[in-house]
Amino acid sequence: MRQAIEVIAPGIASTIQDRGRTGYAHLGVSPSGAVDPRLASLTNRLVGNPDEASVIETCGGLVLRFTGAALVATSSELAPVSIGAGETYRLPGDRSRLWHYVAVRGGIDVPAVLGSRSSDTLSGLGPPPLAAGDVLPIGAEPESQLAVDHAPGTRLRDVVRVTPGPRLDWFEPVSFERFVAGAWTVTESSRVGVRLSGVRLVRRITHDLPSEGLVRGAVQVPPDSDPVMLLADHPTTGGYPVIAVVDPDDVAVVAQTQPGGPVRFTGHAVGSHLRR
Amino acid sequence: MGPRAVLIEDLGADPADWADGLRGMSLAGVTEVVPAANTVLVNCADPRSLAQVRERLATVRAADPARRASAAPIEIPVRYDGEDLELVANSTGLAVDDVVAIHSGAEYFVAFCGFAPGFGYLRGLDPRLHLPRRATPRTRVPAGSVAIAADYTAVYPRASPGGWLLLGTTANVMFDPDRSPPALLEPGAHVRFVVS
Repeated sequence: MRQAIEVIAPGIASTIQDRGRTGYAHLGVSPSGAVDPRLASLTNRLVGNPDEASVIETCGGLVLRFTGAALVATSSELAPVSIGAGETYRLPGDRSRLWHYVAVRGGIDVPAVLGSRSSDTLSGLGPPPLAAGDVLPIGAEPESQLAVDHAPGTRLRDVVRVTPGPRLDWFEPVSFERFVAGAWTVTESSRVGVRLSGVRLVRRITHDLPSEGLVRGAVQVPPDSDPVMLLADHPTTGGYPVIAVVDPDDVAVVAQTQPGGPVRFTGHAVGSHLRR
Repeated sequence: MGPRAVLIEDLGADPADWADGLRGMSLAGVTEVVPAANTVLVNCADPRSLAQVRERLATVRAADPARRASAAPIEIPVRYDGEDLELVANSTGLAVDDVVAIHSGAEYFVAFCGFAPGFGYLRGLDPRLHLPRRATPRTRVPAGSVAIAADYTAVYPRASPGGWLLLGTTANVMFDPDRSPPALLEPGAHVRFVVS
């Protein structure tokens, strides 16, 4: 019989994620995938899974029961743990970051939608968010040997690299410099985006921008509210000007900051950011 | 737009056609080509692919719009029973029947998708029907709602909040992940609404 994971308590914002959906953005399909892809891959490698295996992503409070013996790793402990049949596993509390991952050897084997097993919390594509009583099938054992039995905790950068634009001209002069120099605080966070409070950025042009394509890490500035850095489940197009784009390698630094925590940016307003 | 993407404007062509032209070049490392109202966003796997794509941007030739115009338009049957039909008639000074005749009498094309999977922004709306969206959006617009806002018309692929003015409903499935392609309306497609 296939082994499975039973969800005893879903905890906070728990979903199934892999590396997300590529190639459908022009149809309005968000990228989705793990908010912190590197940490999800690392957790997978600890149980010998390929990087693209599906894991559970959670903000904590997750309690699982395993129907059979399983090899599990979490991003909090960063070492594989053997779990016996029928055993209950409680994810350890970890306030060092917001998003945590639980990988099981074999991966979580729910049906793929458009090539991915990721939950898209914006559109509802993919498996629904975890709920108590859910039974998640575990996939077939990979042929890989266990190569890593411990991973040092990856330290995230303190300062987040950004590049300007593409819509600097929609803001008062030196807005990008003020954005970079400002002390920012995370006020709200979800898989769609992270709201930041700090410096008031004044729009020179206040009407809506005709919709244009967005990327993960783009910092949108609505006319009358705080900027939002877009994350995995971001809409594919939007009508708020983007003042800066966070380097893809640093997006997780912002995403992993607890609400109330600080964010500092670095970058220079040079170079042509918009073609012609 | 960051180290792996470029946002291109002043295309000299319709963004959907320009995006088709770029897609046709099958450049290595391109992961997404996203047309929007006036721009095309090109996403790449890494900065090196982006640098190579940037070098080729000047050689992109937009797909010929005549090519898609020659294909038969996608027909979407609509029951014109929308909650805002009277409001649209009153705001435009037209009779309800005229609103229906004007909306179903035009040929549209999908300028781009966004907002939700399979939500196409259709251009070609008669200027007499250009109205702002509702001041207060509805918390729930039913799936299949045919709606207008500003110079666009669209079909809501699934129930969602929304501020567009509702003219009617269609039973057509606008987005189905098990179908290929999953979206009924892809950028550049031609569309007609048919009274049902």
